[in-house]
Amino acid sequence: MSTSADLSSDVRRIVVVGAGECGTHAAMALRDKGFDGEITLIGRESVHAYERPPLSKGALAVDEMALVHPWTPEQLAQAHIDLRLGVEVMGIDLEAGTVTTTADAGGEEEIPWDRLLLALGSDPRRLQLDEVTYLRTHEDAEALRALLHPDGHLLVVGAGFIGLEIAAGARERGMDVTVVEAGSRALGRIVPEEVAAQVVALHEAHGVPLRVATTVTGLRREGDRVRAVLSDGDELLVDAVVAGIGATPTTALAEAAGLLVDDGIVVDEALRTSDPRVFAAGDCASFPDARSGGRVRLESWRNAHDQAETAAASMLGQTEAHVAVPWFWSDQYDQMLSVAGLPGTGERAVLRHRDDGVLLHLGLDAQDRLVHAAAVGPGAGVAKDIRVAEKLIAAAVPLDPAQLEDPGVPLRSILKAATA
Amino acid sequence: MSWTRVCEVDDVEEEDVIGVSIDGRDIAVYRAEDGSFYASEGHCTHERMLLCEGLVMDGIIECPKHNGRFRITDGKAMGAPVTVDLRTHPVKVEDGEVHVDLG
Ligand SMILES: Cc1cc2nc3c(=O)[nH]c(=O)nc-3n(C[C@H](O)[C@H](O)[C@H](O)COP(=O)(O)OP(=O)(O)OC[C@H]3O[C@@H](n4cnc5c(N)ncnc54)[C@H](O)[C@@H]3O)c2cc1C
Ligand code: FES
Repeated sequence: MSTSADLSSDVRRIVVVGAGECGTHAAMALRDKGFDGEITLIGRESVHAYERPPLSKGALAVDEMALVHPWTPEQLAQAHIDLRLGVEVMGIDLEAGTVTTTADAGGEEEIPWDRLLLALGSDPRRLQLDEVTYLRTHEDAEALRALLHPDGHLLVVGAGFIGLEIAAGARERGMDVTVVEAGSRALGRIVPEEVAAQVVALHEAHGVPLRVATTVTGLRREGDRVRAVLSDGDELLVDAVVAGIGATPTTALAEAAGLLVDDGIVVDEALRTSDPRVFAAGDCASFPDARSGGRVRLESWRNAHDQAETAAASMLGQTEAHVAVPWFWSDQYDQMLSVAGLPGTGERAVLRHRDDGVLLHLGLDAQDRLVHAAAVGPGAGVAKDIRVAEKLIAAAVPLDPAQLEDPGVPLRSILKAATA
Repeated sequence: MSWTRVCEVDDVEEEDVIGVSIDGRDIAVYRAEDGSFYASEGHCTHERMLLCEGLVMDGIIECPKHNGRFRITDGKAMGAPVTVDLRTHPVKVEDGEVHVDLG
């Protein structure tokens, strides 16, 4: 996707910090958009960029874990991207326009930039307890895989996407699994209750009980097992404990440099931070949402990609506001769950029950415009409708709730009529 | 040439795709808005998602997994995350029946 380039001629050196999903894509997008200056891509992890979504899905089920790499090292080399893996950025000097890194040889190195992109990702939120495993990196995934034994018992703390995916993966490996959730229901705010209930029913059908309004108050090692004390007084003897209780944006570096941070690195619609030469994108960025008027921070694969494109364009002086509709998916057992748009802004909801077992929840605002859609169902059956829903959200036109409810009226034809 | 009958014209809606299996191989059969038919390998070149669950719009099939996009006429990959083109196969329509040639 190359856009006509208005390359600010003073931009010759771009440094991207964070060589994950977003940073790597942004580096490639800079070349795609015609930038021929220096690009330095710095990543703390020592392996070449890989996708995280499979870590809580396929990676748990297979015998040999293979990482999925969105780009080959050759592709990056061909694009003349100076990739520094296993190198951490320790500080940003806004005045001098440099970053300080741990150099490979052990000393420090200063790298100058004209534009800086921070794509630092997020870190798992942690419990104040020992004996708990978390899942963010491929190393975490390897460690978790080593804990999954067919005759063991796994305690999953947190019934969000990652917790439930791990539960499904462990169950498919033959483990007994118990999920505890501090809140009153699974999948919190982002998934409507009816859809979450269908996901919970799926887990129960696979023999995974969910205990809501329950926390872990203590963990004690007993030989090679762990005794978990729950807030309701119950005790479970398990083989491993894994927590998926959300993530916090990685912002310390930005904060120390004096950039504005407020649950994420604060950026404008062009993904520019409080310093106009510095940009932030992906999990670590808090950006203004045009539709709701509020600030949002998204932890999703596609957001990382979309924002990488936007940030690359912005750094080159091409204006490209970030207006994509948020989108997320999750795989559990043989079902797919997918969400488009942001919830909470819907004034009322319509449920669409398809006869193939797919349930769609469509949230409308006061003008009957679609703002949020969530669906769960077998295979990838939800994909088409969620994609159409996404286009309906973008179209932002009033729709007929009766038609939305009727599975006999294809969503596509509603879209065609709406955008005709 | 070895043509295999895969479906009837009416099995595929306009601007849509279905999945068929030929000798155990997954094939995606597309019907464009103008009624013409195309066929390709059934799996996305990115992470091997089945394309028949994807959305066809303006001559492009969008993979349901990460929205990788391919042109249905020749399988061209339209940009990240998909970088490898989709293999396409010849299609003919005779007496309301769609045939695909896997070569
Ligand atoms: C287990 C798991 C499953 C997921 N499943 C889904 C899913 O099904 N669907 C979906 O939409 N999303 C999913 N996600 C979310 C998605 O993977 C993230 O939103 C995406 O990876 C964000 O990309 P990013 O580049 O912002 O962050 P990351 O991919 O985390 O990359 C940030 C990188 O920056 C590096 N870094 C940080 N600080 C420094 C520093 N000072 N110096 C150098 N390097 C630094 C980090 O080490 C990291 O490698 C999942 C995430 C996880 C962990
Ligand atoms: S599997 Fe098709 S785009 Fe990723």
